[in-house]
Amino acid sequence: MGRKEMIAMLLAGGEGKRLGVLTRDLAKPAVYFGGKYRIIDFTLSNCAHSGIDTVGVLTQYQPLELNRYLGIGSPWGLDRRDGGMTILPPYVKQKGGVWYKGTANAIYQNMAFIERYDPEYVLVISGDHIYKMDYELMLEHHKKCGADLTIAGIEVEWKEASRFGVMHIDDEDRITAFEEKPKNPKSNIASMGVYIFTWKALQKYLIIDEANRNSSHDFGKDVIPAMMRDGLRMHCYPFKGYWKDVGTIESLWEANMDLIADEPALSLYDPEWRIYSVSPNKPAQLTTDTAEVTASLVTEGCILEGIVDRSVLFSGVHTEIGSLITESVIMPNVTIGAGAQVHRAIIGEGAVIQAGATIGDPNSDEITVVAVDQFVAVDHQLLEVEPT
Amino acid sequence: MKHNVLGVINLIHETDELERLTQSRCLATVPFAARYRLIDFVLSSLVNSGMDKIAVFAHTKYRSLMDHLGSGKHWDLQHRQGGLFILPPATDDIQEISRGDLYHFYQHRDYFQRSSLDYVVITRSHMVCNVDFDDVIRSHQEQGADITVVCKREPNHTFGKARKVKMDADGRITAIQDHYGRMISDIISMEMYVMRKELLMELVETSLAQGQDHLVRHAIFSRLGKLNVRAYMYDGYLGVVNTISSYYEHSMKLLQPAVWKELFYRPGPIYTKVKDEPPARYSASSKVTNSLIANGCRIEGTVINSVLFRGVHVEKGAIVKDSIIMQNGQISENSFVYNSILDKDVVVESDRDIRGAGGTPFLAGKKKII
Repeated sequence: MGRKEMIAMLLAGGEGKRLGVLTRDLAKPAVYFGGKYRIIDFTLSNCAHSGIDTVGVLTQYQPLELNRYLGIGSPWGLDRRDGGMTILPPYVKQKGGVWYKGTANAIYQNMAFIERYDPEYVLVISGDHIYKMDYELMLEHHKKCGADLTIAGIEVEWKEASRFGVMHIDDEDRITAFEEKPKNPKSNIASMGVYIFTWKALQKYLIIDEANRNSSHDFGKDVIPAMMRDGLRMHCYPFKGYWKDVGTIESLWEANMDLIADEPALSLYDPEWRIYSVSPNKPAQLTTDTAEVTASLVTEGCILEGIVDRSVLFSGVHTEIGSLITESVIMPNVTIGAGAQVHRAIIGEGAVIQAGATIGDPNSDEITVVAVDQFVAVDHQLLEVEPT
Repeated sequence: MKHNVLGVINLIHETDELERLTQSRCLATVPFAARYRLIDFVLSSLVNSGMDKIAVFAHTKYRSLMDHLGSGKHWDLQHRQGGLFILPPATDDIQEISRGDLYHFYQHRDYFQRSSLDYVVITRSHMVCNVDFDDVIRSHQEQGADITVVCKREPNHTFGKARKVKMDADGRITAIQDHYGRMISDIISMEMYVMRKELLMELVETSLAQGQDHLVRHAIFSRLGKLNVRAYMYDGYLGVVNTISSYYEHSMKLLQPAVWKELFYRPGPIYTKVKDEPPARYSASSKVTNSLIANGCRIEGTVINSVLFRGVHVEKGAIVKDSIIMQNGQISENSFVYNSILDKDVVVESDRDIRGAGGTPFLAGKKKII
């Protein structure tokens, strides 16, 4: 096995509790996004475009659908002879096995995998974020700074800063302080959860962290603060562009709506930076003579007979005559019955909205979620629908 | 289940009157239905019927064919054993290329002889359909036929060039004519033949020995008296696409939801080479009605009764009506495109007015700038 300069470890075990029914049977990275993608497609495509050919995907929560989706990594060019994609679930060892106890522990448990490739650097990313980033440029920055750890950082609004790990940096982008989800943030540079570690340094701190009984084995809470205390060389890689954590119903809905803006901050149409995914392989969408479609994204396999405005439709959606969809995200193979109305909603895969039913309220800011395979009848509008 | 049938898609001397659309590509790879190539329909039918050893007998202009089919993985034909075989003419004499298809079958005889499978299905690429070949083979065996020809009753067949077929009350074929004959019959041949492999090999060798080298005209037609040649009547959607008018007509028929639902899904899905195009994007100013829109399109203008392939951009104020715009076409601001077929990568600049005249669509070749 040849040596790799940098390999990626992609954390994809997140349960995504705050996504409610959308992650009932599904790991968060496998949640649908943007009309034909799943959230994890963005980070995997970033790897593909950054020349990274070895990716370990760490799975834990509800991995069935995610594993099936990832396969051997072909859609992202990761079906390679040396390296490629390897799915890394927790496993049983001679002295018993344990679940991944935290992000750092997940990497710790897979140190043997990393060492097979004897890498100089390890990129640790998560499958929960929507962004386009060239990790190769970040690696150059890491090398130029001679850093032990580089954290990609993005400026966020001050009121948002307390949701993230925030970094204080000096004029040379060196991190002088790191706070995980501070109550009163003193910096608005948020960690994007994208780390490049010099492997030798990471290895040492993973072993130290594992031995610490008081640690929660988390990068943000434990490993990075420990490196900080010991004065390791930590730099921030300032990222400018679109980045969004889609961990909540609101942020998932917003990120979908961001795509239909007049000038979206994240373009899906850059031929140099295609987002790869498993194609549904369905016929082109049919927009009939009763349809009106405006300010929307629509994918293959849809038959549109109703009105669609400011919405994102995944493959195989059928909107019947007289139906109205506004500001909604309609996941694959959903049927919207004749005359049904859907406002500000996220409709799970395979759901059926009966003719004449109404979902959501156009005059409310609340986002209504309809679970996978749910049948919503006219007289029972909120059958198992989870308000947010 | 392991299947006992070899597939052959025979591209040798296909009847092709697609003018500029086949200037630099073979008929099999003419883009059709917003994201497919003609060959996808029959290839998917073969795959969906359980065949996993399929050869494409390429003939001329097959560069786009190799690019499209690749390893066959998009049709699930990238197998440990079998899979997809693209076989271009195996001859070192340029003159020989123009010889009939039986000559090339003979050149490719290893493909047949090396296989242990007993039956062969031979098809063309320009029949847009969705056929269950399992059912065809069942019928072939039940009728004890030597050869089964897939046929379709088409009383109003006007577009596309096809052979007419006559059969007796028993379902036995009594006459097959060439594409231009005057025979009166409402049954057309879909150019799909099922027979035992040994019979095919025998027909190839005996015909060639007699100086004859056309599968249908010589090997089959001249033996209608001796062999039990049966028709299998297909009743699904069929588009014979080998002329401009049939190309246009059958493209427009896809706009009928009933045709769309049948052709692309029943009995099995139609596969094609996957591209990573994003979803189609309709802007606030878009007006789209009665149209087939592929992924990757960006629509800011108006689209009526049209077929838009992947990555087409219709700018603000532009109107596309009764037209077919192939991959990556660009219709710039305030232009009007009516009754036209634009091949791949055609750019229509701003404020242009393009229209076909007298029922004939305007045809623009690949990469043209108008």
